[in-house]
Amino acid sequence: MRAGSKLGFILLFTPLVLWLGLLIIIPHIDMFLISIRERIGVGKYDTSLANYLTFFGEPLYMLTFARTALMSVLATALTLVIGFPVAFYIAKIAKGRLQSALFLLCLVPFWVSELVRTFGWMILLRETGVFSNLLQWVGLADQPVEMLYNDVAMMVGLVYTSMLFMVVPLITTMESLDDSVIEAGYDLGGNGMSVMREIVIPHAMPGIVSGSIVVFMLSLGNYLTPTMLGGKDSLWFTELIYSQFIVRFNWELGAAFGFMLLLLSSIIVWGTLKLSGQTLEKTMG
Amino acid sequence: MQSIYQKAARLLSTVSVAALGLAGAAQADTLRLLTWGGYAPEDVVAMFEKETGHTVEVTLSNNEEMIAKLRATRGGGFDLAQPSQDRIAGPQAEFGIYKPIDLSKIDAGQFIGSMLEATKTNTTVDGEVYGVPHVWGTSGLVVDTAKAGSVKDYTDLCNADVAGKVSYRLKRPTLIGFGYAMGLDPFAAYGDEAAYKEVIDQVEAKLIDCKANVKTYWGGGDELMGLLRSGEVVASMAWDTGGWKLNADNPDITFVAPASGALGWIDTFVLPAKGKADDAAYDWINFVMRPEIAAKITDAAGNFTASKGADEYVSADLKARYQASFPPEAVDNIKWYPPVPAGLEMIEGAALDRVKAAN
Repeated sequence: MRAGSKLGFILLFTPLVLWLGLLIIIPHIDMFLISIRERIGVGKYDTSLANYLTFFGEPLYMLTFARTALMSVLATALTLVIGFPVAFYIAKIAKGRLQSALFLLCLVPFWVSELVRTFGWMILLRETGVFSNLLQWVGLADQPVEMLYNDVAMMVGLVYTSMLFMVVPLITTMESLDDSVIEAGYDLGGNGMSVMREIVIPHAMPGIVSGSIVVFMLSLGNYLTPTMLGGKDSLWFTELIYSQFIVRFNWELGAAFGFMLLLLSSIIVWGTLKLSGQTLEKTMG
Repeated sequence: MQSIYQKAARLLSTVSVAALGLAGAAQADTLRLLTWGGYAPEDVVAMFEKETGHTVEVTLSNNEEMIAKLRATRGGGFDLAQPSQDRIAGPQAEFGIYKPIDLSKIDAGQFIGSMLEATKTNTTVDGEVYGVPHVWGTSGLVVDTAKAGSVKDYTDLCNADVAGKVSYRLKRPTLIGFGYAMGLDPFAAYGDEAAYKEVIDQVEAKLIDCKANVKTYWGGGDELMGLLRSGEVVASMAWDTGGWKLNADNPDITFVAPASGALGWIDTFVLPAKGKADDAAYDWINFVMRPEIAAKITDAAGNFTASKGADEYVSADLKARYQASFPPEAVDNIKWYPPVPAGLEMIEGAALDRVKAAN
């Protein structure tokens, strides 16, 4: 009996170990080894921290790094602000068929790939695009307006791309909140604001935190949206990593950048959990 | 045993490739080809498969990705690749991702002699030849002549009358092109890292100055086509074929060879170090260099090939566009890329990053 359960445990555990080991841990070890190599001549390498020093020594890289982090935090906050009322409406106010229909509507855009969605935004925002023509037709603009290739367009794209990943965990946690608890809050003399603050938000906190973590990670690691919508000023850290690896053949610096990004996202996620008083077990479980 | 050999011999004689004297190719292989869009049109692939029995798997890519892919697998995963001739010697010396070409298996008579020799010289590492030429073309300017007639050279993209309506790539051809337009000579400085850095520093300053003029930096050919077709961009650095394609739709837009000289590139054939179907690769090279096949590729890709005599088969339209963009003196003025010494890309990369970050 005991031997049997042990075998079962091993069988169940093997795929996970293989997955983590082969696809995550081993590549990361290899990546780390690459990142501490320095090219000293044609085909010759030396072990050193030169790549990390380059990162800290060049203001441009630090600037891009900080900018990417700040923009991702902003994107996460915006997604939360927009996603929370939507999730609240779907989970608590809409009933029956309307509820599933609304939920489906949130899901529909994600049936096409991110690339197509981003192209959709490009068609809307470009100088000869839908919005520009609409503004001219209404008479609000007398010449084509360029709305693409700036930070706002990029932010719109990021929020849109990650909306679902905020709404779903929020709906799930809010659905588990018993309606009678909210009624009790009103019976005890609370108003809309205080019920929201004292009852709904604390209850939804695990959903808020887990949604925020996912959205933040997605934004930080997004490559497509910043490149396509941000245009000449996009300056996203993943873009730097891509260009080091692919365009410049400088895998060493690219790997170092990759590790800095990993470090950054870990620190920010850890910090968020500490600040909000949540634990990873609580939010993910 | 005898009968098996007889059968095999009969089988061989019926296969047309045997007539070409390529007995080794009678064995059907899968050719994994890493190439550019348009270089392996479907009809050419079908003809090749029918004639040789090999199957062809085509993967489309660009210079940097080709090298990155081959580097990641140390030269495996593909049997034939097509990077530009200036990107062979450097990566080969640095990463060892190619294997030497057996020139005896190539029908040299099908190539334009001068181009074959030049490519061989440029792709020689330690006495071994690593590349033979395939398709060549230039990059210069694509201009809407009705709206941006003033643009005659790369630096004209920074003129005030086209502000906000120009585009270029943030890649090395832009640095080199601007360098020449500014009266510098980047290729002459290739051998000397310090001198090259000085050239690039000046170009970087110019590009940062010019940034306000740029609508966006284009990344791929289709993106650029969209920008030019919609009229959002009226002048851009681009490949000649892009200009000619647009010219077919809108006669105002065409390719202009810049006053300081268009930049000439040659895409080659190279054998990745761990390629498994060399015979199929040689078959493919000899097949596509036949004049009538090469002309089909020219029609699909828009660029001319190093195949001798293929011009005759190319459509008259394309020839006319080519002649309009390239009067004889512009052809003589083409600056062909010399091999990039290892290490220069880092200087360029840092400069391009700073341009991108500048405001």
